[in-house]
Amino acid sequence: MKVEIDNLSKSWDGVIGADSITLDIADGDLVAFLGPSGCGKTTTLLMVAGIYKPTEGTISFDGRVVNEVSPKDRGIGMVFQSYALYPHMSVFGNISYPLRLQKLDKGDIKQRVQKVADMMGIGDLLDRKIAQLSGGQQQRVSLGRALVKEPQLLLFDEPLSNLDARLRLTMRGEIKRLQKDLGITSIYVTHDQVEAMTMADKIAVMSKGILQAYDVPEALYDRPKTLFVAGFVGNPPMNFFDVEISRANGEFRAKNQTIDLVIPPDRAEKAAAAKGQVTMGLRPEDVNLTGDSSAATEGHTIAGMVEVVEPLGREDLVGVKIGDIEMRVLVDKTRGVKIGDNIDLAVDTSKIQLFDPETEQSLLWA
Amino acid sequence: MTTTEIAPPLRPVGRLPKTREKMGRRFAYGFLILSITPILIGYTWLVVATLSFRTEGLLPRNAEGGIGGFTLRNWDFVTDSAIWNAMLNSLLIAVAMVIGVGIASTAGGYALSRMKFAGRKGFLSMTLVLHAFKAEMLLIAIFFVLRFLGDIPIIGDYIGFNSVGGVALVMIALELPLGIWLMKGFFDNLPWDMERAALIDGASRFRVWWQIMLPQVRPGLAALSLFTFIAGWNAYLVPFTFTIGTKVANMPVFLNQLISDTAPTNWNQVAAVGLFQMIPLLIFFIFTQELLLNIYAGGSKGT
Repeated sequence: MKVEIDNLSKSWDGVIGADSITLDIADGDLVAFLGPSGCGKTTTLLMVAGIYKPTEGTISFDGRVVNEVSPKDRGIGMVFQSYALYPHMSVFGNISYPLRLQKLDKGDIKQRVQKVADMMGIGDLLDRKIAQLSGGQQQRVSLGRALVKEPQLLLFDEPLSNLDARLRLTMRGEIKRLQKDLGITSIYVTHDQVEAMTMADKIAVMSKGILQAYDVPEALYDRPKTLFVAGFVGNPPMNFFDVEISRANGEFRAKNQTIDLVIPPDRAEKAAAAKGQVTMGLRPEDVNLTGDSSAATEGHTIAGMVEVVEPLGREDLVGVKIGDIEMRVLVDKTRGVKIGDNIDLAVDTSKIQLFDPETEQSLLWA
Repeated sequence: MTTTEIAPPLRPVGRLPKTREKMGRRFAYGFLILSITPILIGYTWLVVATLSFRTEGLLPRNAEGGIGGFTLRNWDFVTDSAIWNAMLNSLLIAVAMVIGVGIASTAGGYALSRMKFAGRKGFLSMTLVLHAFKAEMLLIAIFFVLRFLGDIPIIGDYIGFNSVGGVALVMIALELPLGIWLMKGFFDNLPWDMERAALIDGASRFRVWWQIMLPQVRPGLAALSLFTFIAGWNAYLVPFTFTIGTKVANMPVFLNQLISDTAPTNWNQVAAVGLFQMIPLLIFFIFTQELLLNIYAGGSKGT
């Protein structure tokens, strides 16, 4: 089902929850609403579900405006972070509840519940009480309950946040596979950018009730349109520096007291035309120790001192003090970097991002 | 059940000498026994008195003043239909209150907890203020209300002045502020998501309340029902004020009628009637003890 959200706003007595959200969701896509808590993603989701009434704007399903349609008539299924199961019913009672409300034939209900439960891998738990299940099993029941009425649209409200890390990984894959197999259009609310990046066809990044960006994951990562998106998408997060772009001897340079880097002209030209003072963004993986690449020369390196080393297993996340700025860098663990080391960092300047420090808009992709 | 599964807190081994631990326990038990002694003595007297000719302290005395004088004379009233009528009235008032307060409190508590409507805040603070008023202050006003209700054709005889229904109605109204606040508290603790899930699953708002939310507040409703039942069973002031004669008297009023201003009162008989009035409650408590402990301990049963 195609979902169109047009200029959607929600406010309570002057407190704005969502502000003029506009986005389209293509049939069969999984779209993630990504943002920190309180950014309006759940508010928007609940408006799509019909729980909240929009203050302004419209929501359309397949071209039909559904603002006034009650939740039960919207053909949606929803999975909650808290699972929101009915604790006084058995697993069967929970999954069959939507069907029982539709007053379907008993045999029919039994068959459909069994089918969904088998698909979720909980087919043998139907007689159990909810309290007897583990968190992962409860979330499967919740998913089964959402799927059993064969919804046109699936809504997920941080469904994996209450699960432990390993289970989260498994469920992440399962939900994605299930969603693709069934081809159900889905909205997936999360504050975890890894979840959003791995699962979504498109990501809507939100902050303070405003839609910051809506694009495919790679585009958000490689071509962030705002400072917020650049800082929020990607783990570990991007490093930011205030620099001045200047042109000398046919070269563009980004400078401040401690940094002096040569910037490729294709990126620098756009920025220099607009501004002298800019915010430069550098991803931790685009910086490396010199020696890793022989191309490290003057204008491509930054000198600093190691302050923190966090082993991540495959790599070390190293906090480097450069002047009075701290920068996070991913370093191969075989380099054996230690706290207090003075190191030179080689920067892949072809990947830098440049932002207007006042409007926080990208100077490259606006 | 949660209460039985919770492990006792670990005591640091060897820190507290065994004798001191024993002393502490003895002291605690001693204190508890001391504090309940007056109550136990009171109940002992009650039982002894109902079975004896007369008493002196805790000792039963016969007509000649010697110890003894066992008699069942004080229990003669059980053959009198008036007491059974009073008991039935007590039961009717208590049951009507449990039903009335239960329905109104769960519905009202849910609405106040979950719905937005004009005057909600004012209503909430008003109910709290109302609860602070003593029922005695309202007696005269209520009398006029009951007189008015009594004039309504057909149903007037059942809910007006000097009727069990009227008494129950007044008692329900007086109990509602507490009941509504209590149930609102229980509903406040329930997650919104469960309700939203049910709405999306296709339930109407009423069905959500009835099928999803109500089962979650059952322990609270059980506690409220119990309080209400006891309040109704022991009600004295309202039935005494709004009933005349023995036809609609409940147990406490019947008990009061035994104490006469003109003739000497047979206190042993009064004690017997008092004990008789307690019997249903005692049986009730014995059977629901475990459930009650759960409610008081955890607020919810099982899970």
